[in-house]
Amino acid sequence: MNKVADKSKAFISKLDKTSVALPKALKDKANSILASLELPTTRNEAWKYTRVAKLGKINFATSKGNISSIDSYTIDPQAPTLVFVNGYFSKSLSNNHLPEGINFTLLSDANEVNSEIPIEDEIFNALNTAHLTDGVALNIAKNTILEKPVQILHILDGQSVMSNFKTRIDAGAFAKAGIIQGYFATEASDKAFANVTTEIEVGENAHLTVDKIQFENETSFHISTEQINQSKDSTFTLNTITLNGGLVRNNLNINVNGENCNSNLNGAYILKGKQHVDNHSVVDHRVANCQSNELYKGVIDDNSTAVFNGKVFVRQDAQQINAFQSNRNVLLSDNAAVNSKPELEIYADDVKCSHGSTTGQLDEDAIFYLRARGLSLKAARQLLVSAFITDVLDKIENLQVKTFTFSLLKERFGWEITPEDFH
Amino acid sequence: MITIKNLHATIEGKKILKGLNLEVNAGEIHAIMGPNGAGKSTLASVLAGREDYEITEGSVDFDGVDLLEMDTEERAREGLFLAFQYPIEIPGVSNINFLRTAINETREHKGQDPISAKDFMAMVREKSKLVELDPKLASRSVNEGFSGGEKKRNEIFQMAMLDPKLSILDETDSGLDIDALRVVAGGVNTLKSEKNATIVITHYQRLLDYIVPDFVHVLHDGKIVKTGPKELALDLEEKGYDWIKEEN
Repeated sequence: MNKVADKSKAFISKLDKTSVALPKALKDKANSILASLELPTTRNEAWKYTRVAKLGKINFATSKGNISSIDSYTIDPQAPTLVFVNGYFSKSLSNNHLPEGINFTLLSDANEVNSEIPIEDEIFNALNTAHLTDGVALNIAKNTILEKPVQILHILDGQSVMSNFKTRIDAGAFAKAGIIQGYFATEASDKAFANVTTEIEVGENAHLTVDKIQFENETSFHISTEQINQSKDSTFTLNTITLNGGLVRNNLNINVNGENCNSNLNGAYILKGKQHVDNHSVVDHRVANCQSNELYKGVIDDNSTAVFNGKVFVRQDAQQINAFQSNRNVLLSDNAAVNSKPELEIYADDVKCSHGSTTGQLDEDAIFYLRARGLSLKAARQLLVSAFITDVLDKIENLQVKTFTFSLLKERFGWEITPEDFH
Repeated sequence: MITIKNLHATIEGKKILKGLNLEVNAGEIHAIMGPNGAGKSTLASVLAGREDYEITEGSVDFDGVDLLEMDTEERAREGLFLAFQYPIEIPGVSNINFLRTAINETREHKGQDPISAKDFMAMVREKSKLVELDPKLASRSVNEGFSGGEKKRNEIFQMAMLDPKLSILDETDSGLDIDALRVVAGGVNTLKSEKNATIVITHYQRLLDYIVPDFVHVLHDGKIVKTGPKELALDLEEKGYDWIKEEN
């Protein structure tokens, strides 16, 4: 390591190397990648609209945090809950009586942990691997039908804390399950960084739904990478709801490896202040006869910025693919911005694919119409914004998750939405 | 009810209303007719408070308050209702739930408690019957996928729900077939009382067979140039507007 590299990695110099039992070769590789890579700049195509230089100016540390209650972070009160504070498991806050057919292992307890997250040229994934704080592996046995979802809550607490956290979900063949991932920050949390990876295997004919809620705070950083492999006849749904976070970057990579798969990716992001939220997704249709639906919608206010970059690959032999992708944004202020880039790369010739992106403002005629019936300007705007975003929130099937989302919208944006008010 | 004096309005520097005078009392129905471009829809928009227009002169007294000082929503809460010539489609916003918000904001404005869910639903049932609006339409997204006739009936349904003091119907008849016209007119006539008033803006005399006005005004070049009894509409139907233009 030369001196320049040393200096540029000052932001992680206080972090310990991971004690998780990852293969030595992988750790060595992660460390060497970390030593050779700098934080990406906007000259890097994948980071063109998202500046992460700020991270390099903070001296991050690990910390176990100090949280006495998870009341305000509990998304589904009936679900078994695993709680991690700054990446460390909290036994006392967890309610880890998992139903039959699903078990969990803390990565720090496992004799051997694998990771398939790509780390080549990926500084944050290499960082997550080399300094993995802890994480959880959930195994859902073949044929298991979970009545209730399992909830994994990750809470940031304290100053300049970094958590390198990993979730592995293995849904066995013919299993049907829901997992909730909640990312939060306490009021005492300041300039904290959740650098997380999630690896998901969806087995043959399995149905897996992941509801991911991001509600950290305006000073927090959140970078996550999800790596999903789908086996044949499986259905995978990911609902990503981003409602708070200073800088949020979601990298979502789905490999559709088996035929007759359904992949549903829904995203809602609602930004204000100086928030920056970046959703990058890659859906890779490697085989024939599959369907993917991607719908991301955003509401962007004040000085905030949203980025959407969605790529759909359809490989040469992947015929009869239906792939739909849509990104729609509403800007509520003159200083709000969106960079949206939908991309299709199709090498097969018998496919049905579409993509589209729209960004606009609220319909002034509709606002006038509502005001002419007696609604205040504020109420009229809220009604239109809610109608805009509700169709993607309606994709969430878990009523508890939906109710919790509406409570966050009220808390943070003052929106009073009654779900049945919208269609 | 409403007294408009010497009203001048411009849009993007272009003068549309040029000294319009009109007085409408409670219990009356006034028809405003006129050729294209006379300023009929501008009058409706200006009274409803559309911000694209600039008022350069004149005054509007609405039941003792200065209408021009109020925002659009305050005018609505004070009891002014505009039935739009082209009702707006608002995908995702349910018709009746937005109306409940509208009614409750008006009630709050008047210092009343919100309407109960039970009373509200009873009112929806009663008022949708009035204009033969399918209750299913009442609960769908505002005007989305409605036919032209359904949109106009929905306007009158909303008018019935909001119970305004003064209703302005902007070309509510245009594009309606005779059956829809009868239904819409029937709704307006049922809602008529000694306490409210209606301004009917129309192109065609046909509507006035069903909504019989107390006065007919001819609007031409931004001013009311002729006022007469309901028979004036028949003259206009027969002779067109040219003779009026020549008189002025």
